[in-house]
Amino acid sequence: MYAAATESLIKQAREIKEEELQRFCGRIFKLLHTKDVSGDTVDSLQRLNLIVSATKYARELPSDLVMKLQTLLRSSSCPEQLQVLTSSIIRESFPSSVHSLCSDLSHDSRTFSHVASVVLAQVSHILESRLSDGQISRHALPILSKMSTVYPEILTDDQVNLVSRKLVDWLRYASMQQGASMSSGGFFSGPRTRQPAPLTEVDGVVTGDFFTVLCLGQSYTEDQWMNMYTFSMIKSWLLHVPSYAQPCNDDRSEVDSSVMSMVSATSSSSRLLPPKERLREKAFEYCQRLIEQSDRKALKKTDTELQKACIVESVSIMDIICGEDPSYVYRAFPCIKALYGRLNGDLAYARALLPIAQFYLNHSEIAAVDSEAVFCQLFSHCPAEQFNEPMLAFEFVQFCLLNASVLQDRVANYRQSFPNILKFLAGNSSGLIAEFVELLPSLIASDTAIELLHTILDLPCLAAALDLQQRSACYQASDRSAWDQQGAKVAACLDAFRQPSYRGLFLYILRPEAGTGDTIDRLKMLHEILADMAESPRVVQCAQVVPVLLHVYFNTVTQKADEKMMNQLLLVLLERSSLVFSTHLQALCKLHPPLIVDQSREILEFASSPANIYSKEDFYTHVVWVIGEYLSVSYDPRCTVELITSFFESLEAVLFEITQVRQSASPPSFSPRLITVLMTTLAKLATRSQDLIPRVSLCLSKMRTFARSAPVMTCYSEEDTEEIITRAHELINLLKLPNVAQFVLAPSAGGDGPRWHRDTNASLPQGMRAVSGLLHRHSSSLPT
Amino acid sequence: MVSCFLIHTVCPVSALSAAESRILYARVFGPETGDADFTPEQRRLMQKEKLHVVARQARSAVALSREASGGLCVEAVLGEEAAALGEADSGMFSLGNAELFPHRSVVLWLGVQSLAFSLVCRPHENLLLAEGVLRNIARHCLEELRLLGPGAEMLLKSDRVDALLHRLLPHGQLLFLNHRFAFALDKEIASYVSK
Repeated sequence: MYAAATESLIKQAREIKEEELQRFCGRIFKLLHTKDVSGDTVDSLQRLNLIVSATKYARELPSDLVMKLQTLLRSSSCPEQLQVLTSSIIRESFPSSVHSLCSDLSHDSRTFSHVASVVLAQVSHILESRLSDGQISRHALPILSKMSTVYPEILTDDQVNLVSRKLVDWLRYASMQQGASMSSGGFFSGPRTRQPAPLTEVDGVVTGDFFTVLCLGQSYTEDQWMNMYTFSMIKSWLLHVPSYAQPCNDDRSEVDSSVMSMVSATSSSSRLLPPKERLREKAFEYCQRLIEQSDRKALKKTDTELQKACIVESVSIMDIICGEDPSYVYRAFPCIKALYGRLNGDLAYARALLPIAQFYLNHSEIAAVDSEAVFCQLFSHCPAEQFNEPMLAFEFVQFCLLNASVLQDRVANYRQSFPNILKFLAGNSSGLIAEFVELLPSLIASDTAIELLHTILDLPCLAAALDLQQRSACYQASDRSAWDQQGAKVAACLDAFRQPSYRGLFLYILRPEAGTGDTIDRLKMLHEILADMAESPRVVQCAQVVPVLLHVYFNTVTQKADEKMMNQLLLVLLERSSLVFSTHLQALCKLHPPLIVDQSREILEFASSPANIYSKEDFYTHVVWVIGEYLSVSYDPRCTVELITSFFESLEAVLFEITQVRQSASPPSFSPRLITVLMTTLAKLATRSQDLIPRVSLCLSKMRTFARSAPVMTCYSEEDTEEIITRAHELINLLKLPNVAQFVLAPSAGGDGPRWHRDTNASLPQGMRAVSGLLHRHSSSLPT
Repeated sequence: MVSCFLIHTVCPVSALSAAESRILYARVFGPETGDADFTPEQRRLMQKEKLHVVARQARSAVALSREASGGLCVEAVLGEEAAALGEADSGMFSLGNAELFPHRSVVLWLGVQSLAFSLVCRPHENLLLAEGVLRNIARHCLEELRLLGPGAEMLLKSDRVDALLHRLLPHGQLLFLNHRFAFALDKEIASYVSK
């Protein structure tokens, strides 16, 4: 598709020299002055078009050529291809060309607005006149729609009235007969044979009501085309054009040709309504008709897809109209309810459920209509069945985002359904992560927050399970060949998925609602079963988004968590520490230091096992740091000497074990930072229970030997080894003055993390160096 | 309303870095507001930059989606446009950076082999309709520009894309076309191309 030839053509277009370009333009100028349009002219213009659009910086074209192009553009006899090319060239070339086209355009927005209103007046004039060549109106309408969207204040009341009346005509009173096709009849056919055939619905039945976009004909009349263009822009028009209050008196009378006229006070006197209100009424009727027409079974796939789009549009328009005028709500609901009844459970129409749900959300309170069933279907069923439809997933999540606060307050099962909603993310992590970063806070409820944390951590498992569920549904167990075709790893997982003994595990992971328990006991088993899927691309992408979600989760939760929740969170962190960022541990403990004492048993157990160092070094380092920082009577009066001593002894044992110097010892597999953090924490604990000071000094004195041992020297850099030795030395010196040490090693006001041990900007090393320096100078005068 | 339509590469391009995308066709449906303080030159440059951001993000989305689905890409050839479209991946994402795109626009993309067709839609647009329009436009592009072939016709015949956008997406307006309306427009496009 994209070849080297394309690339070199672009290169040529970009690199064309200025003189060559001017020469080329000169040639084109001459060509344009010849009477006939030759293939050469078209070819040259195509090349010029490429040249001006290929660069980021605009190219300046000679002004005589630009003038000629503009003249060409404005001339009605110019063939379409030339018009298209000249229009594109003018747009892309040096911008002043555009300005000369619209004479007194300037940067001043007020002037621009005046010019725009002149353009608009011309457009309105075009719309009003009954030109035989209706092609002009076709394009006037999108232009008008665009301008009214971007500059709604530009339109005067009169213009809005005029346009509204015209739109009503096209929308509601278009011809009911097919257009005369070009080849209708012939020389010999009489008037009777030239009778245009009736229009049909999408299923072939002859149409009996007013014309809409879902009416089929061999060819269309001009006003039927306008009907289609009008419906295409009506939502935007209703949304953007400001309404006004005065009624209009000079309404033209016309025959209401509707066969099925609505029996209601509003419509029978609709002729008396001001144009804007009348347009609303007619748009409403149009939408109702479209919804009815969408029930028919279309013969062509294009039309079936159009029916779905029409449903979405119609419900949205009715939603807007009901928002502007609540009296419509009572007329709308029966229609919407019937529509919901029809579409409910039909997977092909799942996307159409969203505007319906939006309608219920916006208006069900006014109408006192029960919306529970709709939201139950939306949250409890839709995601489980259609998580892998990327478009539906996106729109669903956008719907949740748009309505997050209302959903939280009024729809009971929104937050309960987070396991289901997260399935969308599991099925399409890269596409939806940005949306979920914003959505996640709205899913956090105090009673299910812990379960949510586990679910986030299990997201890759969910992705794997969903994948297996899908494959399992596609392939019969007996069809071994299809099964095996997917690769041995996947086949093995599929087997596991089908086994009754693992049913409970999978049912839990794939559950639609929260509330059945925080997590399962045999999570480890599930991880093992699914281990073979760990490399599948979808699972990998999912794993990549988990840290981002955790970040959002902790930022939100720590703002409003109470003590009980914090305790539970800490336990989860310790339990599943390999996956969790250490910063969250720090944040949690900083917010609520008594946690250390509350969970001292679990923390102690974690910190005591060197195995945790090898598997989760970063997290382990943070745990040690947090102990040193917050295990103090100043943070929690329950912190006893016994507690401090037991922590001290455990950490001392760990430090001893990992720094044993043996002949055959292998180089350390942990970073030097762990050593310095352990040393510092031990020193901190010693200052709080000063009996421990001799023990820690002894321990620290062995660090030099450790650092200078052969395996360590080969493994760590010179600076790192020096730092360990220096730090040990400084700590020993500091501990000779326990009161000073207590001050220096007290928790830092900034509460910073275990900074890189050589970070000279952190206050602790600085403070210690200062004291050390002092000590060194006065060492001779100090008692030993 | 659609803000712009792009055709760009999703395959590696030798002259560009790995994540970059070469834009082969871009049509912006103006006017854009909020640029009152800039000169026209600056505005044009900003617009080009914005388009490149969209193309890059769409390229990344296509790559990630294809990676996740692990699907094999079967190369279709000229004449197999319908098959190529059937195999195409599609998706959407929202443009995040508020400074570049203030309206929280949504990008709808359709990846056909080494090219992608992207539509940037304003918020609250009928995305179901937009998807149908995008597929229709892509089908026409594949057919009229013979994109499944090796040629570089795309670049020189971009007026054909202009002409078909003029009918199928006039000034960025999405149209509700049943198969008869679509047929009539197809005939107009075919007659333009044959001239």
